[in-house]
Amino acid sequence: MNIVVCIKQVPDTTKVKINPETNTLIREGVESIINPFDHYAIEEAVRLKEAHGGTVKVMTMGPPQAETALREAVSLGADEAYLVSDRAFAGSDTWSTAYTLAAAIRNLGDTDLILCGKQAIDGDTAQVGPSLADQLDIPFVAFVRKVRTITDTELVVERVFEEGYEVVQSPLPALITVVKEINEPRLPSLKGKMKAKKCEIVMVSRSELEVEDPYLGLDGSPTRVVKIFSPDLKRAGEKLEGEPQDIAEKLVRNLRDQKLI
Amino acid sequence: MAVVVIKNQCDGCEVCLDSCPYDAIEMIDGVAYINEKCTLCMACLEACPVEAIISEESETELPELEKDAYSGVWVFAEQRQGKISSVVAELLGAGRKLADAQGQKLTAVLFGHEMEPSARDLVHYGADEVIYVDDPILAQFNDGPYASVLSDLIEKRRPGIVLAGATFMGRSFIPSVASRISTGLTADCTALDIDPETGDLLQTRPAFGGNIMATIICPRHRPQMATVRHKVLTPAVRDIHHKGEVHIINGAGNGRIDEKTQVLEVVEEIMDTVNLAEADIIVSGGRGLRDSEGFKLIEELAVLLGGAVGASRSAVDSEWIPYSHQVGQTGKTVQPKLYIACGISGAVQHLAGMQSSDVIVAINKDPDAPIFDVSTYGLVGDLFQIIPQIIKSVKVQRGEV
Repeated sequence: MNIVVCIKQVPDTTKVKINPETNTLIREGVESIINPFDHYAIEEAVRLKEAHGGTVKVMTMGPPQAETALREAVSLGADEAYLVSDRAFAGSDTWSTAYTLAAAIRNLGDTDLILCGKQAIDGDTAQVGPSLADQLDIPFVAFVRKVRTITDTELVVERVFEEGYEVVQSPLPALITVVKEINEPRLPSLKGKMKAKKCEIVMVSRSELEVEDPYLGLDGSPTRVVKIFSPDLKRAGEKLEGEPQDIAEKLVRNLRDQKLI
Repeated sequence: MAVVVIKNQCDGCEVCLDSCPYDAIEMIDGVAYINEKCTLCMACLEACPVEAIISEESETELPELEKDAYSGVWVFAEQRQGKISSVVAELLGAGRKLADAQGQKLTAVLFGHEMEPSARDLVHYGADEVIYVDDPILAQFNDGPYASVLSDLIEKRRPGIVLAGATFMGRSFIPSVASRISTGLTADCTALDIDPETGDLLQTRPAFGGNIMATIICPRHRPQMATVRHKVLTPAVRDIHHKGEVHIINGAGNGRIDEKTQVLEVVEEIMDTVNLAEADIIVSGGRGLRDSEGFKLIEELAVLLGGAVGASRSAVDSEWIPYSHQVGQTGKTVQPKLYIACGISGAVQHLAGMQSSDVIVAINKDPDAPIFDVSTYGLVGDLFQIIPQIIKSVKVQRGEV
């Protein structure tokens, strides 16, 4: 089984803080990490390979330093790594990213299954997976929490929704995006780390892809960011201190006055 | 397109360095330099106090399309098991304002089977027109058929704006619709407006786990598509005197229906309390609860207030409560009217999922816990003493004791 996992290198947003004076992001000490949801996609791909044979190719589109994310994915069990990188791709929105990734995946030859994390934690859009499936003209199932069965020609998965889950069957090749519940990712093994160090990262640039310039990067992106600002999250911040009974009563009065309870 | 620094205008203040989410600006000879990490997010343009950073348009822009050929605001009226989702009233409320701002029509689009009364009722929520496609194949959500039918309708009727809920359904099939018709899509919006000058839809959404807000436009493609977060926008009020047309299209088929995936079974999992995404009140517990027993207290308060039970990641990781209750970056993002955080320190990971709530109450024994920074009311003390007092006080005020 030929499996491709698409990952993204993201700033560790749990460590991003806002400077209250300048209202800007404080980047100091914020490292780049593999998007947390992509770890589940990598793990699921490696488990499927272990159970059914085949190869796991990991691919990312990003700047040159995204190589570290690919090496980490190799340490976790991926076999080959592809870095789709070119100045021409900078500023791509989800549509252009999917367009470019689709061209890069076509170049890999036969692919049975593509896995993505459900969304990246910087943009939080959850759009590249479904859009990529459409560009490749293959079926997809988003928000998968379990792969029930997989054969050479089809798979059956559980997809979550607000009130529960649905059992969905799809022919292969297909794309799935996965949620956290799907597995518990392993830690890199020593052998994996050695492999990651030596692994060749295949660079994929604009010239190798069958794409058209007007659809690439920021120019090819239908959407544009016109403004970025800090949300107004500061609150009155009234601190209630004292005896439990007193502060509880004061709180309940306040909440009732505001008709919240 | 590229972001560049006008060298002789840059005064070397370094404000842009902090503004860059991608660490793509460095100082070379006392002047800012944009390196190859730049993703053209434009955050630095806003930050630069001397306007030394600009974006340069390149010459490969696509031609302007005829925007006038696209008119009207469409709302996708999501249904499950024949019941219209509550997000639809919110979309119609927002859609009404956008349609009025442009003097255009508001249309609700419903896919289902044997749902004519529901289709007619959408008019009462402000729709001028309802397009109802009735087909057994559309009774239950399935990405392929839903995407094919909606794409076809959009291509034929050319709306200017298409809105859908940022639900599991909307976030699953709407991206493939946008991809098929090659237009932009903005996910999970929390505010929508029309730019009075250009007529473009201003789509505002949180990014970076809610740490920043971004306003996004789709200037050269139509329709402008957005999924909208539940529980944020004001729902339309039902008015049985509102009039509108209902167009029923019998049968979805025109030979292009894509039915590759099949839904074999739908399993509704019974929850003790209300769905987190729909709850007006959420009572959440964290590490401070000490064990799964502690959640009984949280549940008691939640049930009393008619709310849902949430949890921090550490409580879920300790297996005190199932993952479906987790609020935060790797759990659910919620925006209730009232969020009560009990024994939750307030890691950024958790704040990302709840900091947009209207009113936040924090109960924690550590007066320096970061959760107090985002709280409307901060109660410092032992939650095992405070929560029972809150429960008692609510009952007293209601005259139940």
